[in-house]
Amino acid sequence: MLDRALALKLLGDMLRVRRFEEKCAELYSAGKIRGFLHLYIGEEAVAAGAMRALEPDDAILATYREHGHALMRGIPAGAVMAEMYGKVEGCSRGRGGSMHIFDARARFYGGSAIVGGGLPLAIGFALADKLMGRPRVTACFFGEGAVAEGEFHESLNLASLWKVPALFLCENNLYAMGTALQRSEANTDLCEKARSYKVAARSVDGMDVLAALDATEQAVAEVRAGGGPQFIEFRTYRFRAHSMFDPELYRSKAEVEQWKKRCPIATFVERLQSEGMLDDARLAAMETEVGDEIAAAVAFAEAGSWEPVEQLTRDVYTARAS
Amino acid sequence: MNDTTKVVRTTYRDALREALREAMRRDGRVFLMGEDVGRYGGSYAVSKGLLEEFGEERIRDTPLSESAFVGAGIGAALNGMLPIVEVMTCNFSLLALDQIVNNAATIRHMSGGQFSIPLVIRMATGAGRQLAAQHSHSFEGWYAHIPGIRIVTPATLEDARGMLWTALMDPDPVIMFENALLYNLEGELAAGAGAVDIDRAAVRRAGADLTLVTYGGSLGKTSRAADLLAEQGVSAEVVDLRTLRPLDMPTVLGSLAKTHRMVIVDEGWKSGSLAAEIMARAMEEAFFELDAPVARVCSAEVPIPYPKHLEDAAIPQVATIVDAALRTVSRHV
Repeated sequence: MLDRALALKLLGDMLRVRRFEEKCAELYSAGKIRGFLHLYIGEEAVAAGAMRALEPDDAILATYREHGHALMRGIPAGAVMAEMYGKVEGCSRGRGGSMHIFDARARFYGGSAIVGGGLPLAIGFALADKLMGRPRVTACFFGEGAVAEGEFHESLNLASLWKVPALFLCENNLYAMGTALQRSEANTDLCEKARSYKVAARSVDGMDVLAALDATEQAVAEVRAGGGPQFIEFRTYRFRAHSMFDPELYRSKAEVEQWKKRCPIATFVERLQSEGMLDDARLAAMETEVGDEIAAAVAFAEAGSWEPVEQLTRDVYTARAS
Repeated sequence: MNDTTKVVRTTYRDALREALREAMRRDGRVFLMGEDVGRYGGSYAVSKGLLEEFGEERIRDTPLSESAFVGAGIGAALNGMLPIVEVMTCNFSLLALDQIVNNAATIRHMSGGQFSIPLVIRMATGAGRQLAAQHSHSFEGWYAHIPGIRIVTPATLEDARGMLWTALMDPDPVIMFENALLYNLEGELAAGAGAVDIDRAAVRRAGADLTLVTYGGSLGKTSRAADLLAEQGVSAEVVDLRTLRPLDMPTVLGSLAKTHRMVIVDEGWKSGSLAAEIMARAMEEAFFELDAPVARVCSAEVPIPYPKHLEDAAIPQVATIVDAALRTVSRHV
């Protein structure tokens, strides 16, 4: 039986991320956000489900498509938006921008923009917890493109060999930038690759937030119980272009439209409505609340300040007392 | 004689091992990982015996996965540990370059100063053992190009014994380059030797006629060159950089202000080398101190070849240092 309070929270999480990113796209066109901007639109169910299965003490490593993960992990929307603006009030002092969101309090360790680059770090995080006897899990998000990198193979082997409490969360949106999975992988069964390193693996519908939550809860329980690393493939799809510079020559509009019918938010709204858990008034109230939060985040970012150029080299190294 | 003046005979290798042992004993957050550091005892036998003493949780053999275990060191450091990662040689560190450059060096600045990475990466470096092109690189100058990491090059028994602890206590990632020809270096070390600073260059020999600037595996050759120069009436001051990033230019320029002539000895290739950086700084910061153009003794611009005579010709040697020094003292501006 679906818990109504939980269901509404999950819906709220997804709505926040969707509307936040729609605003980001608008702000990008307006020149407020620069550099690369990779939107998660279409994939929200993955982070919404996965993040809710994790504890505050767990560590999160994410990719350059991480705005949603950051918001759902509890980093204030204003700090994330200010980061996108490059303002000093941003969660990384504006130094990282869209691709490098960090927040020590949320135990959110980036925001890595080298595909596969976060996986080796995850081994170290998890190893540290294991050596110190802390019952924590390290959750590492990455896309299916990372599976082609050596880091994926080195890291899954090492995680399994050392039985570290790491959770590998593969967001398979079928395209590494513009290269379809079947054009880059001789074997497109990602779980089989994980299992070849004796890492327990499961594949789940990444457009279904409840399925994402359920799969992650099960995997987290196994990891926390000391069973070693786990791998989850979330089958999902990005509705928007890879970044703001992508003319989408590599996939058909029909394919995108087909996937949009499986929009994780629209389908979940329908389900909750059909089960009598959500009415139009409630949905409108949620939209209003999200809209207000985003408006406040934008205002916060707009009111923010630029880091003084004199601080350019601050924190390249730790300041020494000497 | 009191305790502080007692000396023991030791080697560079044993001094490094003592430093590792001390670090492991002092702090439970310290652990060592790398290829063959445990059962094999370390490719250069530096960690021999440590597995028996500290167990396999803290002396961890890794697969041949440089990127994964260097990255794991970074992750563990971010998560409260004090990891020491041994990359067998700097030649193999190229397989971990992404982790070092894109993660270890960037995360502090890129996150707005939120995170420290108290990681030490040790690796052997240098040519001179007829190991041919893929096992003879000297990449310390390369790594010194990168802001966000510290580069140290212990060249003496004191530094082999003392740099590790200081590097571990540093909140930022430190890469320690150990010239492979130094492991068998033997000599006397104070019985109570311990941590040393990793900020300052050291004047290893005082002189008046010219400054020889060097580091790591070239210090011995440079010191012998200074001996030969002395026989010819040339008084050479020898500066051991010790740390290649950040560079201690005040010590280098202080020596130059005294001698007004400088030769840099650097086993890296000349083009784009650390030696080039020091020359540039001397020109920028001490142009009017110079009585002659600064000279360099670097490696020839070739992959290091296998035959001994060609390898010898490819890397700095005592004779080439002496020649460069004599030319420099004979020139005038």
